[in-house]
Amino acid sequence: MNFIIDALSWACLMLGCFLGISGAIGIFRFDEFYSRAHAASVTDTLCVLFIISGLVLQSGFNLVTVKMIFIVVLLWLTSPVASHALIRSAYQTGLKPKLAITRKESSKRTQS
Amino acid sequence: MSAINLLIDIVLLTMLVFTTIAIVRSRSLFAIVMLSGIYSLLSANIFVVLDAVDVAFTEAAVGAGISTVLMLATIGITGYEQKKRRSISRITPLIVVFITGAVLVYGTLDMPAFTNPSNPVHEHVAPRFIEQSPTEVGIPNMVTSVLASYRGYDTMGEVIVVFAALIGVLSLLGIREKKTDPVYTEPPPRPILQVMAKFMIPFIILFALYVQFHGDFGPGGGFQAGVIFSVAIILYTLTFSQQDAMDLVPPWVLKRLAALGVLIYGGTGVVSLLKGGNFLDYNVLAHDPIHGQHYGILIIEFGVGLTVACVMILIFFAFISRGDKNP
Amino acid sequence: MFAVTCLAILIVMGIALARAFIGPTVYDRILAVNMFGTKTVLFIAVYGFLTERPEFMDIALVYALINFVGVIAVLKFVERFPPPSAQSDE
Repeated sequence: MNFIIDALSWACLMLGCFLGISGAIGIFRFDEFYSRAHAASVTDTLCVLFIISGLVLQSGFNLVTVKMIFIVVLLWLTSPVASHALIRSAYQTGLKPKLAITRKESSKRTQS
Repeated sequence: MSAINLLIDIVLLTMLVFTTIAIVRSRSLFAIVMLSGIYSLLSANIFVVLDAVDVAFTEAAVGAGISTVLMLATIGITGYEQKKRRSISRITPLIVVFITGAVLVYGTLDMPAFTNPSNPVHEHVAPRFIEQSPTEVGIPNMVTSVLASYRGYDTMGEVIVVFAALIGVLSLLGIREKKTDPVYTEPPPRPILQVMAKFMIPFIILFALYVQFHGDFGPGGGFQAGVIFSVAIILYTLTFSQQDAMDLVPPWVLKRLAALGVLIYGGTGVVSLLKGGNFLDYNVLAHDPIHGQHYGILIIEFGVGLTVACVMILIFFAFISRGDKNP
Repeated sequence: MFAVTCLAILIVMGIALARAFIGPTVYDRILAVNMFGTKTVLFIAVYGFLTERPEFMDIALVYALINFVGVIAVLKFVERFPPPSAQSDE
């Protein structure tokens, strides 16, 4: 039984780490703000869930677990809202997304 | 185990150094504010690693939350860019800094080694606090008993300093209460944020009360609770409008409450004087010393929380009502 | 296993820090700070387990609350005082 719980929490923690690091690579390597925001916000929530559930499996049921569940709920509520507000205000103050190929460019490419 | 702790220490401190260098070299004031937010997050991590839970708590509430907000409000008055200065000689400042740094490093050579059990700090008052506070004060969180009971005078000084800062800000900036401001047009409403803020604010206030009254048992206390409470009001101000927040908590009420907090603290001391003890000697407040200590600590922590919350909200109001004027 | 997780979170923090250094826009920095804050919450939680004293959850909880308010404050500020050029703040 102990072994199963350990293995499960290893798996959860490693999955969480993988998601966190992939988000970090996304935030570093993508060459434009909106792609970076996308990488960060998509991975953030699931990373939190996996890491915290890995910890919950280890701690059993007590006050600490309840607090950790609060943390997950709070982060799941606030993190997407923060990302939304960030991207919205970026768009409204005039930061234009760089699209891969605009229509003009694609018509140019087909001509040449 | 200790190797991994060492590695974590090294990584955190390295990041701290890089952040500091970036703060010094950057010219964009906005970037500096963002980086100092990161700096305070990093230092809170270091406090956690050093096991200073109450300090980390304060850093979390004050450094990451309030000071970022206040510095941004300051940039609203000053502008985004640092002014370009005339090019001056770099040699002289470098020499001065180098010599000062060398003297400081030389001074640290005399200091006792970190985590050495025979350090002076571990030999004088610390053992007394650790051994006597469970029987003398009788609350589980020793930091609170040192802060509020043994070092009650110092904490009272801190509260008065916070209050004095409020007086300074109000006399320099003042709060402008304007019903209509034709220059400033309200940004479009943000329904998602507003719903979210309405949902969050009760929980933030509840958590502030938990921190306030659970400070005897876990990390926390009046300072942290006051800041968390003021964060709730600041969130309300940010997602709705300044006028709404000022209708909710009018500044004239806040000013009186801030003074009342200091009065509660000092009054507790006077009551203990009148009951025949020393100033801020809680032993005489109830029928036996342990209960007296409990009541005393609860009451003064409440006074601290009240003052800190009101002062933070008022300073925030003062800054943003100022920022409205400038484009 | 907590040690590995701690190190992974530190790596993420380092990369987010690099993004906050190089910018280039205001929003990139805000994004990096937001990510750094979330990872700080996780770091404090995991570190409590690493040292077998998981009583630090209150701090992590405070961060989860405060970080949100900080980001909203920054955004409100940027909307009210738009940066000189939206493409870069340098």
